[in-house]
Amino acid sequence: MKLTKTLMASTALTVAAGAVAAQDMADSMTLVSWGGAYQASQDNAYAKPYAEMHPEVSISWDESSNEAVAKLRAMNEAGNITWDLVDVVASDAMRLCDEGLAMEYDPDELLAEAPDGTSAEDDFGDMIVSDCFIPQIVYSTTVGYRTDLVGDTAPTDICAIFDLEAYPGKRSLEKRPINNMEWALYCDGVAKEDIYDVLETAEGQDQALAKLDTIKDNVVWWSAGADTPQLLADGEVIMGSTYNGRLFSVIEEQDQPVAMLWDMQVFDLDGWIIPTGLPEDRLARVKDFVKFATDTQRLADQAAYISYGPARQSSAPLVGQHAELGIEMAQHMPTDPENASNTLLYNYEFWADYRDDIDAKFQAWLAQ
Amino acid sequence: MSDATGPDTFDGPTPDNALRQAQKTSGPMLAADGTPLKKSLSRALRRQKMRALMLIAPLLLFVLITFIAPIADMLFRSVENQIVSETLPLTTEELGSWDGEGMPPEAAFEAAYYDIFLAAERKEHTRLGTRLNYELTGASSLFRKSGRGLDDIGEVYQDQFEDLDENWDEALPWLELMGDPEWLAEQQEWVAEGEEGRQPSFELSEGTADILPRTAREFAVFAEYTQDEERDNLLDEEPWSAVHTALYQDLSSGDVSSYSGPRADMLQAAAALVASPDFETVSFLDGFEEVDEDWMEPPIWRTIKLYSPNYTSGYFLNSIDMQLTPDGIEARPENQQIYMLLFQRTLFMSLVITFSCILLGYPVAYILSNLPMRSANLLMILVLLPFWTSLLVRTSAWKVMLQQQGVINDVLVWIGLVADDSRLTMINNQFGTIVAMTHILLPFMILPMYSVMSTIPPSYVRAAKSLGATNWTTFWRVYFPQSIPGIGAGSILVFILSIGYYITPEIVGGTTGTFISNRIAYHISSSLNWGLAAALGAILLAVVLILYWAYDRIVGIDNVKLG
Repeated sequence: MKLTKTLMASTALTVAAGAVAAQDMADSMTLVSWGGAYQASQDNAYAKPYAEMHPEVSISWDESSNEAVAKLRAMNEAGNITWDLVDVVASDAMRLCDEGLAMEYDPDELLAEAPDGTSAEDDFGDMIVSDCFIPQIVYSTTVGYRTDLVGDTAPTDICAIFDLEAYPGKRSLEKRPINNMEWALYCDGVAKEDIYDVLETAEGQDQALAKLDTIKDNVVWWSAGADTPQLLADGEVIMGSTYNGRLFSVIEEQDQPVAMLWDMQVFDLDGWIIPTGLPEDRLARVKDFVKFATDTQRLADQAAYISYGPARQSSAPLVGQHAELGIEMAQHMPTDPENASNTLLYNYEFWADYRDDIDAKFQAWLAQ
Repeated sequence: MSDATGPDTFDGPTPDNALRQAQKTSGPMLAADGTPLKKSLSRALRRQKMRALMLIAPLLLFVLITFIAPIADMLFRSVENQIVSETLPLTTEELGSWDGEGMPPEAAFEAAYYDIFLAAERKEHTRLGTRLNYELTGASSLFRKSGRGLDDIGEVYQDQFEDLDENWDEALPWLELMGDPEWLAEQQEWVAEGEEGRQPSFELSEGTADILPRTAREFAVFAEYTQDEERDNLLDEEPWSAVHTALYQDLSSGDVSSYSGPRADMLQAAAALVASPDFETVSFLDGFEEVDEDWMEPPIWRTIKLYSPNYTSGYFLNSIDMQLTPDGIEARPENQQIYMLLFQRTLFMSLVITFSCILLGYPVAYILSNLPMRSANLLMILVLLPFWTSLLVRTSAWKVMLQQQGVINDVLVWIGLVADDSRLTMINNQFGTIVAMTHILLPFMILPMYSVMSTIPPSYVRAAKSLGATNWTTFWRVYFPQSIPGIGAGSILVFILSIGYYITPEIVGGTTGTFISNRIAYHISSSLNWGLAAALGAILLAVVLILYWAYDRIVGIDNVKLG
């Protein structure tokens, strides 16, 4: 009796497992992203092809990624998660994971393996910085400058930001300590590998702020990624930091006299998280979509629309030309060897600990 | 009504006599139906009040549910602090008797081990780490590491017990040892029936808690978690390693030779193993040190102790640049003080914006109310047009106007008023914020002013003039006083709106033109320190209420007219 029951149950399970793919999936999905060109690239590379394969699925977008952590926390408290898949930067993914708002996953189970059979876990490698984070792209925060406003010798290293004599004029920096503190210490003579050891100490934080203080009157502080491109285009600043994709569009798409300074670009990752507490059918749909949207070809496809590097090793050789401009994209990737000779990797662990503390000091310094 | 106790005592039906009569009978005045008049009156009034209440009930409920309740809930977060004592119940209890000097006793480490183990299973330890990181930098990663690292302690014992007897890593033998036999029978029956309905909740067998106190406690915690939170069948789940740690502690400190219940031989063998010199042990202190040396320093323990009460003044202190320390309340280090500055700046700039709005809005409202209807309407549209345009568009337009390569600077340079290399800085500072916000809030000033001014009869002004007043006297003594309610209403609107504004200062404020609301927004959406955001918001609300009260005392709120 018991045996037959078990047998029946297990057959039912196998059948169900096969049928899940077809039947028990929700037919609508809300994806959350950043809006703008980036979201468009995701729509073109992932969502549209997926919708073609599954015409029954309706995909809607919500442009809320920059406040995703707060909104997910509020949704969780209200017990009503309306998002299915959320695009966040790695540090936010880590916080969502810490707060129990994002689902932990098993890379080899959830993600597709590379065409050559490399497991997803190996293919993504170190990019999986948190148990909840499904990596998608590598982007960098780097500096762009006006070629016509910086004089005869174009800047070649990051410390041009702090060099008011050689490059007089305004520069734009992000209104937060992350990246700025590292650059300040680096240009104050701290070796690259010691930056975070120094920044841990109160003296090191003061040192970085003192370095920033030397240019404080010449800085325009930005809080939205679109600010620096606008400031550069208007000639408000002669150089400024922003995301490399934004600079790409200023240079290549809008033809402004701007050039990139790849030196000491700070790598960061962006990817998906699945919110915890999704109902079965929606979870099944999301898993199906994620498997498709993070496979080798799809990640490479995205690079045709925006200059961010795919997070899979196996995708890099497949990166082709820009979908509209027809230029080769590989050389515009932050990960291209030409561009990546001197880089810094965003230190997630460090900033998770020191963010509150250093930010308080940074903002107090700014407000004075 | 005249008093009825006077000395005149005429007989006859005078009103006084009637009153006297009523008092003499000493009963209450009666209504037509015989009930006391007072009672019947109040009943009628109550009925009326109820009817009125019923009519406004939908609105009242709506406001309560969608407005008052969320605000109250949000403000409550500014003092709420249950997370520490709920996540670390044993630890906070142990630390309660600790004086805060030097290192806490080893019992605190033991308690912290069990607490963090359970918290890690529930994935709550990192949340607590985030909370404590607001007070002590480094707590976030300390707890994240500890959630994983502390498993090592228990695994030492788990492995040894398992090597001795595999039953120590099985669900059923454990349940036989720890569980009440009747409960176990029920549970097995529940499984046989296909696991339908509610899983019978675990009960400890009698006496186990006396012989194995820690194991009983930890096993009960495990059972509750498995049954109530994971909703798994307890018969399928082998206990986690904290239970093995507890078992080791009980066996090494107590005597189990008297135990003769189910699985007695298994327990005796384990006791013999623990007693043997080969048995490997890890002290909790070493285990914690292995995970992170910060556990060996007093600050983390002091912070946990300091924040173990369910309610804290910490967020409020933080929002006025103070902090809670083991030695009492102290000012924050000078290089972290920011909120008092921002509060002052917010109030100052809001006042400047309000006055600029009055100065600019008054003439416009005056002209509007004195023009013929047709041209007034046209002007009105000009006032309202920017009001209907998106806030972001208007703010960005100011950027184009005010920036150094912007329209105004270009014009000034072209005229020759300003040299090309010394263009004026008019944005990303206080000036930019005041200009942009004055523009944005101007309609809120003009509209109430206009509606008040258009009700001022022109005949008053004519009368004043015909009585010989000069234009100025007419305006100042006759017209202006009548327009004050409009100024009052506009000022309150503009001031209260600007005190909580945040988008415009964020875009054009730079560093010196930002408001306290920008920090509140930052803590809500970016740093996720909702407690601090709530405290800042509560203070802002209190300031507004105090100012409103002061306004009422000085100007009088009856003098405000919106239309």
